[in-house]
Amino acid sequence: MENSKTYKERIKRHTPKTNLKKTLPTAFLTGGALCALGELMAGAVRKMGVERADAYLTVTVTVIFIASLLTALGMFDKLAKYAGAGLSVPVSGFANSVTSSALDTRREGLVLGLGAGVFTVAGPVILYAVLSGTLFGIIYYILKMLGVA
Amino acid sequence: MNILFSFLIGGAICAMCQMLIDLTALTPARILVALVCVGVLTYAVGIYEPLFSEAGCGVSLPLLGFGASVAKGVREAVDASGILGILKGPFTAGSVGCTAALVFAYVFSLIFKSKSKVA
Repeated sequence: MENSKTYKERIKRHTPKTNLKKTLPTAFLTGGALCALGELMAGAVRKMGVERADAYLTVTVTVIFIASLLTALGMFDKLAKYAGAGLSVPVSGFANSVTSSALDTRREGLVLGLGAGVFTVAGPVILYAVLSGTLFGIIYYILKMLGVA
Repeated sequence: MNILFSFLIGGAICAMCQMLIDLTALTPARILVALVCVGVLTYAVGIYEPLFSEAGCGVSLPLLGFGASVAKGVREAVDASGILGILKGPFTAGSVGCTAALVFAYVFSLIFKSKSKVA
């Protein structure tokens, strides 16, 4: 058995070197461009008389829809390879992870395959969102009782 | 103006996460979880709303928006129904992105075949 230190070194040796000088600007530009496009769309949706918060939710749903479709068509990975965190960090990356785990587990059945597999990445994200949301709720409730919030 | 802020802040968040992915062993899934928790935190301390009104999609599209809407749902539920609201809230306002991702993933994975090879 090799100890964890040499194991970590071995992993480091075999991990492909990433070039921050290249990945950082692309992530900034593609991520920024996606958000700017979303902002344009939000403006257009608001012009149709939709309330501000709902307009932004519409954009979020649209991005999820497109990212999910591109994933199912096998095109998302090619784009993300170039864009890196610019596509994998926004909600598009979340939709991509959820859809790709659904696609991968589809052949194992609809209930314990796809049904469980769809939560491989969605599960942790939803769990920690709910946990931190509940913690916030407890603090907010106490502060409210004390008359602070 | 909002579009410029959106671009800058959204881009900055993505670049920061790219740095985390490249320099640490953090997997993208952990980054997503971290962003959601940061979203709840920024809403809780009151900096999400002002950021959102300036940068819009710049903060709502990176997963901060999901965390913030969970926190917003909790807050509104606590205001409306007191202590029970703590448990009522998380799945209210945050449900949109979550349900959309699950439903689209389900439908598309039934329509299209996985591109990865069968083991």
